[in-house]
Amino acid sequence: MRDKTAALAGTSDPATLIGRIIVYFVLIVAAVFFLIPFFVMIMTSIKSMNDIRTGYLISLPREITIEAWVKAWDSACTGINCEGMKNYFWNSVRMVIPSVIISTLIGAVNGYIFSKWRFKGSETFFSFLLLGCFIPFQVILLPMSQTLGLIGLGQSIYGLIFVHIVYGLPFTTLFFRNYYVTIPDEIIKAAKIDGAGFFRIFRKVILPVSLPIFVVAIIWQTTQIWNDFLFGVAFSGSDSQPITVALNNLVNTSTGVKEYNVDMAAAIIAGLPTLFVYIVAGKYFLRGLVAGAVKG
Amino acid sequence: MASLTVSNIRKKFGNQEVLKGVSLSVKSGEFLVLVGPSGCGKSTLLNLIAGLETINSGEIRIDDQVVNDIRPKDRDIAMVFQSYALYPSMNVRKNLSFGLETRGVPKAQIEETIRHVAQILQISELLNRKPSQLSGGQRQRVAMGRALARDPAIFLFDEPLSNLDAKLRVEMRTEIKELHQRIKTTIVYVTHDQIEAMTLADRIAVMKDGFIHQFDTPQQLYDNPANLFVAGFIGSPAMNFIPCRLVNQGNQTGVMLENKAGRSFFMPVEQHDLDVKKWLDQEVILGIRPERIASGFYEQEGNPMIHEIECIVEVLEPTGPDTLVFVIINDSKVTCRVSPHAVKAPGESMKLMIDMSKALLFDPGTGQRIENQTAGSTGCT
Repeated sequence: MRDKTAALAGTSDPATLIGRIIVYFVLIVAAVFFLIPFFVMIMTSIKSMNDIRTGYLISLPREITIEAWVKAWDSACTGINCEGMKNYFWNSVRMVIPSVIISTLIGAVNGYIFSKWRFKGSETFFSFLLLGCFIPFQVILLPMSQTLGLIGLGQSIYGLIFVHIVYGLPFTTLFFRNYYVTIPDEIIKAAKIDGAGFFRIFRKVILPVSLPIFVVAIIWQTTQIWNDFLFGVAFSGSDSQPITVALNNLVNTSTGVKEYNVDMAAAIIAGLPTLFVYIVAGKYFLRGLVAGAVKG
Repeated sequence: MASLTVSNIRKKFGNQEVLKGVSLSVKSGEFLVLVGPSGCGKSTLLNLIAGLETINSGEIRIDDQVVNDIRPKDRDIAMVFQSYALYPSMNVRKNLSFGLETRGVPKAQIEETIRHVAQILQISELLNRKPSQLSGGQRQRVAMGRALARDPAIFLFDEPLSNLDAKLRVEMRTEIKELHQRIKTTIVYVTHDQIEAMTLADRIAVMKDGFIHQFDTPQQLYDNPANLFVAGFIGSPAMNFIPCRLVNQGNQTGVMLENKAGRSFFMPVEQHDLDVKKWLDQEVILGIRPERIASGFYEQEGNPMIHEIECIVEVLEPTGPDTLVFVIINDSKVTCRVSPHAVKAPGESMKLMIDMSKALLFDPGTGQRIENQTAGSTGCT
């Protein structure tokens, strides 16, 4: 305790002080190192093309302009289509929201079953489900596209939603199961004796204490699904491409000049939502992960 | 209030049989305690009665109804758990009302019940707190209140006091007993603590390895244990077990005890039902409680069953009212309960009186009692 207060007060003991300085130095260097690319992206995105051509990569803009941002959002060309990123952005939103909600909810119910309503063979079943966490994306591309074709969801946003739900379930199930095993079984027994059934116990007893793990699952799923490129490029139709695919097309579309500022603006637009989710709910993310880890 | 009958229940978890044919009957309003070392199957038995586990064979009746296939909520039971099992997200009031709301009890009646229960358990001022804001004792009260609010036919308690500190445990024990005397509902109570069992129970079932070894009143268990396990489990400090030989001396039958110095003492035993012929000159185990070996007894003059033995004091353990004196008889360590002012220092020789009228003999092979003075004390299996 004394050590802690001493360190906080930034004091006397020279060894502690030097230790602190080293720690902060390393942390600051690491932070700068990781932030520089983002910094370059932002700077480049608010430069004019003229500025970019004549200046260095890391030089500050001579004049600030949001032209590149407007173009990236509204009129940049992805292939033959010159309507910017906006449609693809909303495609991604339309894809992410239902897949995150559905995969998280099903994962919660799965986790509840695997932890509190075990049945004969449920452990084996769970192990198989976990295998899903380790299957590489590429492996399922062909069978999945066949499946999507068969059920009539090929080349559509619904197909993408379906794939992301299926692929997300092993992760969300694992998260919720590991969180729920820390809730004492006796509480479930008490609720059963109190007359509550499967869903009533879930709703009234389990869900109200699940906020931290919901945040973890939602952040995880949002990031995964929003950032996914492979499924997006493989299973979407031309009007249902997510923003990651559009970004790739935009950067690879060469009609004369390479517009780095527009590319950068588009890339930031594509990355902002995940950044936003993490900043808003990040502290719960850590808390939830730790809660599961320590007690489980 | 209801009676409970358990007939020949068996329960397996995987390949392991946890209950191997258990039968019990509890009268309406009776306080039954299931006691035994951990892993003896007592908590499993309670879960089976509650309906939280399913039985492999046998029958459970509440009053005259077979409840084998009836779900926990329809058995009209309430259960108090060791970990209290309060719903963490609900305040005390919601914890108490949850079971009633689930059952569709009218709001006004719920309010009335909660007020009543909170008053009985003195938790009225805690109603708006969350479980995390309560102390262990308060949580225990709320857990009991939740059971009480339901007004069930049978209460089940699963080691409810194990998580409390020693002082609080004794207080709550008395409260549970008072509560039972007030509401007179049938109670089945699981514990591993024999003192809790003795103090609370009308009748005790002593369990080990999936069997009930004896099912009787506390006093009968204490005075007439059916076998070595029950004799050793009930009573603290535990009963002394002294291996010895049954012999005849003059016209009396008794056992030979030898102190550390090699001096032998003859102790006669009661012979009511004793098959002397069968056991004469055989090894037996003499069971005698520490309080039956003392510096002296009231009215010991002329009592033919009280005899003197002289031993070297090994270790002393003062408890306050008595001092426990450890001596060596027949090469085994024996505890004696001696009045503090009569105690000799360790290493000194001391005269002790043994009251053989309460002595018991056990078969060293099977561990069963050789002589059953009372017909009532029979093991169930």
